[in-house]
Amino acid sequence: MGEFVMPSLGADMEAGILVEWLKRPGDSVKRGDIVAVVETDKGAIEVEIFEEAIIDRLLVDIGTKVPVGTPLASLRTMSQPVPVARVAAELPAATPARKEQVAPSPPEAIAPPAAKPLGVPPASLARRPRVSPAARRIALERGMDLSKIVGGGPDGAVISTDVERAAVTAKPQPAERGIDLAAMRRAIGAAMARSKREIPHYYLSRPIDLTEATAWLQAANAGRPPAERLLPQVLVLRAVATALRGRPGFNGFYTADGFQPSERIHIGTAVAIRGGGLVAPAIHDVDRLTLDELMGRLRDLVARVRAGTLRSSELSDPTVTMSSLGERGADVLFGVIYPPQVAILGFGAPALRPWIVGSAVAPRTIMTASLAGDHRVTDGHAGSLLLADIDRFLQQPGKP
Amino acid sequence: MKLDEIKQLLFEELGNLAPEADLATVPPDADLREAVDLDSMDFLNFVIALHKRLGIDIPEDDYAELRTIGRAVDYLTAKTKT
Repeated sequence: MGEFVMPSLGADMEAGILVEWLKRPGDSVKRGDIVAVVETDKGAIEVEIFEEAIIDRLLVDIGTKVPVGTPLASLRTMSQPVPVARVAAELPAATPARKEQVAPSPPEAIAPPAAKPLGVPPASLARRPRVSPAARRIALERGMDLSKIVGGGPDGAVISTDVERAAVTAKPQPAERGIDLAAMRRAIGAAMARSKREIPHYYLSRPIDLTEATAWLQAANAGRPPAERLLPQVLVLRAVATALRGRPGFNGFYTADGFQPSERIHIGTAVAIRGGGLVAPAIHDVDRLTLDELMGRLRDLVARVRAGTLRSSELSDPTVTMSSLGERGADVLFGVIYPPQVAILGFGAPALRPWIVGSAVAPRTIMTASLAGDHRVTDGHAGSLLLADIDRFLQQPGKP
Repeated sequence: MKLDEIKQLLFEELGNLAPEADLATVPPDADLREAVDLDSMDFLNFVIALHKRLGIDIPEDDYAELRTIGRAVDYLTAKTKT
């Protein structure tokens, strides 16, 4: 019999509040299925499962704060029979769960990078009723089970008025607060303090001429309707992934056993949260995606950061982080590595600068790339080569 | 389309992107990327929404025309004139 546990959602998160069960005892699940939703400092996180099993029992009540590593549900394999008495006992109960408000402490551990199939189909979101962020927040504040609320919004979506209406008849229960930007700030502070304490950073930067890439992008976008246009960030993501493939010392995790490079390239992509705060969920297997696929993933990720519906694997398994300041940003970023990663790449705002081309000065679009690397794994020489590779790949934007 | 219809539509779409922004207080000549904190993905979504609702072509070269509320109203009014 297995267990479905509260996963680690990054170095800066120790617990989350269970707000929704999407599976019931008896449901069969497969790799990548979303089983539960937990509310964290980073918003509502959809927790996936990574094995094929049948949900046996739900072990945690809605509204309970659960530390990382806590068993949330017990699992059985397809061949294991269910005791008849328990089936009978559980069928009429809508929320079978052990009364356990104080969950056991987890072993201190960093989640291993979860192996998962290439890409999670976005369609998995459509299998359950949609819930607006406001509705989710209200339900959490009042300790209500979202699965019992009938949605009256578009396509049966549960919206805030549905929750308000259901709250009139439901007995209110005390529950802890959910999204809290102050808590998120504290969590970022804790992770960054750990980084500065443990990781001997070195910093490098390199201006990259983005003129060719910009021209290529303009030509590519000229014939496309707005919904199919690419952003420059996609070209940068692709160049970073291609460069990392040849420089494994920057892609992986540093744990008690030392550095473990990762075969796969999951780039944590920093996305700002409105009202303050920052989260860097992973785009998985960036080196295997086409530019259009990459744009689709980026769009999906940003939309879900804004809506507060990230998935557990996106937060737990980035192998490296990338942060782009965008066209209105500062010109250089000096990154702080997100443990247990060993590198963070930063990209400043592209801007027209006087540049030497051949023997003359010409206006060129210049973007400064920066690297913060971990001296326990690499040094400035290797880092320089990585930045040079990224530059080189950005000069050939259309190449696979 | 009439000017006030365009303006209302603009405010609706900007409100979807930046729910916390008080659009009534944004000066018509302020750069929207700063005034309502739009990043490049937000701006692209803004263009996608306008394209969808008005059925007009908005090439990348015209993005500068949508940077402020004042310019966007002028641009969209001209584009939707039949």
